Amino acid sequence: MDAPNLIAAVQALQPDATVRAQSDRPTLIVPAHALVALATRLRDDPALRFDLLETHTAVDWLDEDRLELLYLLTSVPLGHHLTLSVSVDRDAPLVPTLCKVYPIAEWLEREAYDMFGILYDDHPDLRRLFLEDDWVGFPLRKDYEDDFMLERPE
Amino acid sequence: MSVHVSTLQARITGESTASSPLSTEEYFVNMGPQHPSTHGVLRLVLRLDGETVREVVPVLGYIHRGIEKMGEHGNYRQFVHLVDRMDYLSALANNWAVTMVVEKAAKMETNDRIQAIRTLVCELQRIQSHQLWWGVFGMDLGGFTPFFYGLRDREQICDIFEKTIGARLTMNYIQPGGVMFDIHPDFVKDVKAFLTYFKSKMPEYDALMTENVIIQERLRGIGKLSAERAIALGATGPVLRASGVAHDLRKSEPYGLYSQVDFDVPVGTVGDCWDRYWVRMEEMRQSVRIVEQLIDNIPEGKTFLVKPAAKIKVPAGVHYSHVETARGVLGVLLVSNGKDAPYRIHCRTPNFNNLWCIGEMATGGRIGDLVAMLSSIDIVVPDIDR
Repeated sequence: MDAPNLIAAVQALQPDATVRAQSDRPTLIVPAHALVALATRLRDDPALRFDLLETHTAVDWLDEDRLELLYLLTSVPLGHHLTLSVSVDRDAPLVPTLCKVYPIAEWLEREAYDMFGILYDDHPDLRRLFLEDDWVGFPLRKDYEDDFMLERPE
Repeated sequence: MSVHVSTLQARITGESTASSPLSTEEYFVNMGPQHPSTHGVLRLVLRLDGETVREVVPVLGYIHRGIEKMGEHGNYRQFVHLVDRMDYLSALANNWAVTMVVEKAAKMETNDRIQAIRTLVCELQRIQSHQLWWGVFGMDLGGFTPFFYGLRDREQICDIFEKTIGARLTMNYIQPGGVMFDIHPDFVKDVKAFLTYFKSKMPEYDALMTENVIIQERLRGIGKLSAERAIALGATGPVLRASGVAHDLRKSEPYGLYSQVDFDVPVGTVGDCWDRYWVRMEEMRQSVRIVEQLIDNIPEGKTFLVKPAAKIKVPAGVHYSHVETARGVLGVLLVSNGKDAPYRIHCRTPNFNNLWCIGEMATGGRIGDLVAMLSSIDIVVPDIDR
C-alpha cells in the first residue's frame, strides 16, 4: 500500500490521528490512550498486517517540554511501513505498554525507560536494560549531566 | 495509575515453578559475563531445574558505550566510524546504513561505481562474517578444527580489505557521498583468486560439519522458533529466514546494485538450530554468486562525485533507512533539526532483537543445548549494547 492510501486506511481506524510533517515515512500522531487498541488493529487487519515492530525509541524535545515516542512498524508479508508518534509530558511520561501486541516491545521499552525515563503502564518487567539499577538520571535526555561528560567543541 | 520499576535482584528471586513430583530445587547459574561461548561480555542468568532451563534472563550493558549519545555530539561523518564498533564483523554494512540515511536525507548523489564497490565489499564481508561464525559455532559445539578452517579462509578476505581500505576490522570506508578510497589495482585479481580458492574449500566445510552426523544430531529439533513467533519477537536475518520467512531487504527493498544481480534467499522449514546453520551455509554460496556477477562489471567513474564536505547539513525531520547485514536488519533512525550534528540518532541493531529470541528457544530445553542455540543466533555483543 502506498503512503496516501496507508494514511487514509489508518485514519479510518483512528479518526483523530494526524499526519506528522517532516518524516520520510508515513507517520501519524496518535493519542497515548489509543495506542494499544490501534496497534492491535494494525497488526490484525488483513489489509495492513503490521506484524513487526522494527524499533521503538524516544526523542527528547526539551524546548517544547515533551518526549516524542516513535514506533516504527513494518509489514513483513506486505512490505509497507508506518510510524506512530506519541507525545508525552517530560515530567510525567506515562504511556501504555505494547508488550501484549509486540513481545519485542518488552526490551525496546526497557531501553526507552533506561535512557529517557519513560514509564510504561502494565509492563511485565520494567527495569533498566543497560545501566545499573541504581543509576541516577536518564542519559539520553538533553538536560542530563554527570561529572564525566565532555563538552562538544565548537 | 502507578508504574512499578523493578530491579535485577527482584527479577531473579521470584517463586519456584518446579514441576517434578520429586522434591527438586531450582537454582540460578550465571553464564557470563566472561564465558567463552557468549562471544563477549554477555551475562545470562539461568534458572535451572536439574538440567532443564526454566528461564533465561539476559543481563546487558557490560559493553554499553553510549554510541547514540556520542553521536549527538559529533557530525555525521564522525558517526560513521562509531558504528564500526557496533557489529564489528559487519562494519561495512554498518557504515552503509548510516551513509544511506544521510544520503537520502541530504539528497546526495552517487554513481554506479560507488554502488558496485559498496555491494561487493559488503558481500565479501558477509562471507567472512559467516566464516567466522562457522568456525566459532564448531568450537562451541566442541570441535576445534572448524575454528582454524574458518579463520584461515577469512584471513584472505581481510587481506583483500587491508589492501584497499587499510583496515581489517573497523573499516570506516563507506562514507556519505562515496567511498573513502578507490579499490586497489589488485582488488579484482585478488577477489577472483579468493573465489576460486573458497569454492574449492566449501566441500571441506561440508565434509567437516554439514555432513557430520554428530553435528546433525546435536542441532536438529532444538531451539525451535516458529515463523509467527520469530516475527513477533523482532528476529530478522538468518534467524528469521531459518523459520521460513523469506524476508531479506536485499530482495524486498533493493539498495546498491542488488536489484541487478541474481541470487536466491535461502529459507529454513522448522526454525531449529540446524535450519539456522543451513541458511548461513547457503548464504555464503549466494554471496559468492553475487560477487562473481559483479566483479567483472565494476563501472568506471569517480569514488566521490563532489569533494566531501566536512560537515553535512541534513534537513529537519525524521529519516530512517535500513540495510541487511550478515545478522539481520540494521536500521538507523535519524532525527535532525537542520544542523550539522544529529539531534537524535538511534540504531536498530539486529543482534539486540535476535537475542530476545533466546528466552523462547531455550525455555524448557536442556542446558547442554543452550550453547548451541546461543551460537546459532550468531550474536555480536557490542552490537546489542551499543
